[in-house]
Amino acid sequence: MRPTLHYDAVVVGAGVAGLTAAARLAEGGAKVCVLAKGVGSTHLAAGTVDVLGYDPERVESPAEALPELVAARPDHPYALVGVDAIGAALGWFAERVERGPQPGYRYVGNLDRNQLLPTAVGAARPSALVPETMAAGDLRAAEPVCAVGLRPLREFHASLCAANIARSGVEARAVEVPLDADRPDENALAIARRFEDPAVRRAFADRLASHLREGERVALPAVLGVRDPHAAWSELESRLGRRVFEIPTLPPSVPGIRVFDALRAAVRAAGGRIVMGAEVVGADRDGDRVTALRAHTAGRATTYGARWVVLATGGFASGALTLGSDWVVRERVLGLPVRGVPGAGEPRFGPDYFGDQPLARAGIAVDSAQRAEGLENVLVAGAALPGAEPWREGSGEGISLASGHRAAELVRAEEGLAAAA
Amino acid sequence: MTEVLHELLRGSLDHCVKCTICETACPVSNVTPLFPGPKYVGPQAERYRVDDEPAVEWSVDYCSGCGICTQVCPQGVKIAEINALARHKVKQQRGVPLRDRLIARPTVLGRLGTPVARLANASLRSRPLRAGIERAIGVHRHAPVPKLAGRTFRSWARRHQSPPRVRRVVYFHGCGTEYYEPDIGEKTVAVLEHNGFQVEIPKQGCCGLPLQSNGLFDDARKYVLRLARALAPRARDGALIVGNATSCTLMLKREAREILGLADDPDLKLVSERTYDVCELLLELHDRGELKTEMRPVEETVAYHAPCQQQGHWIGKPALDLLALVPGLEVQELDARCCGIAGTYGLKRDKYEIAMAVGADLFRQIRDSRAGLVACDSETCRWQIEHATRLPSAHPIELLHRAYGL
Repeated sequence: MRPTLHYDAVVVGAGVAGLTAAARLAEGGAKVCVLAKGVGSTHLAAGTVDVLGYDPERVESPAEALPELVAARPDHPYALVGVDAIGAALGWFAERVERGPQPGYRYVGNLDRNQLLPTAVGAARPSALVPETMAAGDLRAAEPVCAVGLRPLREFHASLCAANIARSGVEARAVEVPLDADRPDENALAIARRFEDPAVRRAFADRLASHLREGERVALPAVLGVRDPHAAWSELESRLGRRVFEIPTLPPSVPGIRVFDALRAAVRAAGGRIVMGAEVVGADRDGDRVTALRAHTAGRATTYGARWVVLATGGFASGALTLGSDWVVRERVLGLPVRGVPGAGEPRFGPDYFGDQPLARAGIAVDSAQRAEGLENVLVAGAALPGAEPWREGSGEGISLASGHRAAELVRAEEGLAAAA
Repeated sequence: MTEVLHELLRGSLDHCVKCTICETACPVSNVTPLFPGPKYVGPQAERYRVDDEPAVEWSVDYCSGCGICTQVCPQGVKIAEINALARHKVKQQRGVPLRDRLIARPTVLGRLGTPVARLANASLRSRPLRAGIERAIGVHRHAPVPKLAGRTFRSWARRHQSPPRVRRVVYFHGCGTEYYEPDIGEKTVAVLEHNGFQVEIPKQGCCGLPLQSNGLFDDARKYVLRLARALAPRARDGALIVGNATSCTLMLKREAREILGLADDPDLKLVSERTYDVCELLLELHDRGELKTEMRPVEETVAYHAPCQQQGHWIGKPALDLLALVPGLEVQELDARCCGIAGTYGLKRDKYEIAMAVGADLFRQIRDSRAGLVACDSETCRWQIEHATRLPSAHPIELLHRAYGL
């Protein structure tokens, strides 16, 4: 007896693209299972939804810039999913966060106008949809900024942040406020857990208030709680009597973990299963269809029968794509054909680390319906798609959300599942 | 230690990109500065561990061995396994205290205690005696110790005749069932038989997990191989092995082979491939349309906690899907990570407070859920939960047993 589990759709990967596809499919009534080797990139990301920040100049309005991008770059994931799919996916995401496990926490913004938020080093970063707890950081507003460093958090240097904000034309200065810590350094997550406690917030607000000047807004590293950030943030705003905003820090990213929690809750609320630790190691095929995926279970492999597979496995960073010493790019989960790899004699890498890196545009070869080349029932979403350089474009979450959402819509259309939930 | 396997574990640390995802999930480092976190003592400190030189980094002793770090790592680094080996080395160097040698042997304690269960149970609930035990050997006076049943599961199993069926399973009951919760064993057998299995219950002993987690690797190897020898002949005949003690089945499936370096033992390999957590097996049965779903309503609100070791099977939470079949039963999934006990960790005088702090999040979620009962797949976790919340706790199989009206 070799038992097997059966699903309408198996989603591989628990990042933004995978969890979005899974939640959306489950909401349509599909029996869904997410298989993930581990936690996805959410915990490392800023928690904002960046759709298009640079093209290559800074983008003011993604709504205006996207049609041009799509026309000029038919190989780009946005050309694949279409501009309309992006707005639909963002709307869906904002709704799921509002219904999610963090009471009252919501995202603000839209595709018409990017918000310009300071990073941990005070650089301006354009983002379309941002947590309410970050929105007051928009650097297009003139209101002066007081950046607050927290003593045990060594990953946020308030003076560096303030100095760079000032260079962008907004008056800024830094203060340091010690927290009562039982160790010499703590990461953002540890501090965020302490900020869940109203007594900690009260003591902190009391300590900070005397440092603040008339008319200043307060910049804090993103530590205002994981489970109930809305309460922490609104309480600080009301106690301090001014706008307060979070700045995302180095990993572990507290706002990123909130995104994971919200999307996971959406999958679970719709009845989807999530299996962590289950690395997919192979597939059974029947002609141009994948019939089952084999994944690591302790002691053996378990087969997950699937009518549909959504691959949201990520790119080079997650290990889903590898570059061998033979200069061959391989897709490691199913051994699928890749596209976007620079040809012989073409440059693969550029000298500037954050500049153009042609090889990074490699991804799984797909058709216009996100189907992996040669496979009828395998759709690809997120960073596994070819054609983008998300860190240059400021487009990572936009691509993941839109392509994950659309992959689910495509499957739902094929299966005749309920259209909208 | 198989060199190849050691290299596989140790080699996996090269995949660490220092992303800190394990640190976000580590239940211990999030509550105490004594443990600096899985990344720090694992992939980072491992580079300073030289085979024939003494250990220089001792904080790994505060790792509870829950294994969550390995489970969440997106790069496949065997963090918990690397740390288990490091902890073993520290223990070898410092010596393993008498306490750890005792609490790591549930079969010995069970065998000695069962004939005098009433006295033993009363003694372990006597405050002055517990204070004395704490002073003498370092078992924390408040740590949750289970009640001996006063009878063994084996004594029931010897008399029990499982009706002959085509499909046979071997039941691996573990020490918790044997000495403390024989009724859960009886219910597990009943649920399996109800679903068309003939249940064989060979004579069996401890899987060696508590020995392993206390750094007593040589003894752990002896125990687990003895168990594998007892189970392998049935597995060779085609039977599946199924257990309700989720950490013990994980030991058979994966941990003994990876951590104790027994990857090449043919009996253990066979047993490992054919061992199932009971909920895992029943869910697969259900998926094939072969699980009986005629159930009577169980009007109750239950909070479900998936223990760390259950999550280490990489099977998701099959208990939730099974409990969803029970009419009337309202199940609330808890997402707090760990109850803190980690087998024997929370029993120790120097670890008890840490274990309770680890579990605080879970205990708060349980209280907030307003559930009257907590379902959980691991016995030591259930005892910890009962100790901390004063709420009763049950294995998911007990709820199925009730729903079937057996």
